[in-house]
Amino acid sequence: MENIEQRIKKIVAEQLGVNEAEVKNESSFVNDLGADSLDTVELVMALEEEFECEIPDEQAEKINTVQEAIDYVTANTSAS
Amino acid sequence: MYSRITGTGSYLPEKILTNLDLERMVDTSDEWIRTRTGITQRHIAGENQVASDLALYACQNAMQAAGVTSQDIDLIIVATTTPDMIFPSTACILQNKLGIENCPAFDVQAVCSGFVYALATADMFVSSGKCRNALVVGSEIYSKILDWNDRSTCVLFGDGAGAVVLSQSDQPGILSTHLHASGSHSNILSAPGSISGGKVQGTPYINMEGNAVFKFAVKVLEEVVQEAMAKNDLQSTDIDWLIPHQANIRIIQSTARKLGLPMDKVVVAVDKHGNTSAASIPLALDMAVRDGRIQRDQLVLLEGVGGGFTWGAVLLRW
Repeated sequence: MENIEQRIKKIVAEQLGVNEAEVKNESSFVNDLGADSLDTVELVMALEEEFECEIPDEQAEKINTVQEAIDYVTANTSAS
Repeated sequence: MYSRITGTGSYLPEKILTNLDLERMVDTSDEWIRTRTGITQRHIAGENQVASDLALYACQNAMQAAGVTSQDIDLIIVATTTPDMIFPSTACILQNKLGIENCPAFDVQAVCSGFVYALATADMFVSSGKCRNALVVGSEIYSKILDWNDRSTCVLFGDGAGAVVLSQSDQPGILSTHLHASGSHSNILSAPGSISGGKVQGTPYINMEGNAVFKFAVKVLEEVVQEAMAKNDLQSTDIDWLIPHQANIRIIQSTARKLGLPMDKVVVAVDKHGNTSAASIPLALDMAVRDGRIQRDQLVLLEGVGGGFTWGAVLLRW
């Protein structure tokens, strides 16, 4: 089983159509990976599906980088 | 007894507003509009046109295609968010313009899901034998309720009308209809103004939380399509043509992806029409019928979502 970090990077690469190698922990979805506002909504939906959780909008707004996604999922799901 | 669509028709106002035109009106760009929404142009009704005018042309077009006259029509349902006036209903005004003396006529208000709601309602009347030939119309003039200084909403919508004739048939036709609403989500998409004491109270323009609407739309559209498939023991990949509400190409693509449908099975008109609310599904349907894509016996799924929130689907065999 892949760990949370690997699973998130894979989803980010798939959703944003970028190479997985480009997806670093510090990567910002918008500034580094070319996401627009609707991409980030779809990304959050993909994370919700993958980790079987619901991410409230006010929390989702704070997830701007790969590391922030890892931190959120680690703290809020039993996936770890 | 079943109900079957026997003719489709459209009307789009002459005036076209392109993204380049909008660049000169608000701080936006063709590139931004195209990448976020897929829209390149939209039609805008003339100053003196009202929803029943657009509906009239679309209905005449649909009746001609169905080979019926206005005297054959015994039910009129108009889906609109932008009616001609407070009352009478746009359906009654349309009935008079069509020269029909007496038949039930009423409006349905379910915003962008309006056509799906109207078609599901007409199906009840026709398949039960209460009516023989229903006119079901979506007609909208959203340009009247847009704040042309709000770049986040004014670029999204357009005007137009689409109509179908729904007739009694020995064979389906409509296989199943699925309607939903959840008023607890009303705040993310609304035009909250009302009329009282001769004045408009509150804003009569569209308010939208785009990201929240996007997320809700993609989620419920997938659910309602799967519901329609399960009810008929079919898989989403059995669909020959998906005709979604034309709000935004990104919602359409996301829904198609979740359903495992390639985009060449999806009818897209949002690029040329913008979001025409209750008119968008019959406009897209008419386009794909007239250009020969939709053929007899094919499985066609109509689905829409809109303010309310409302959402629904109609599965039919063409």
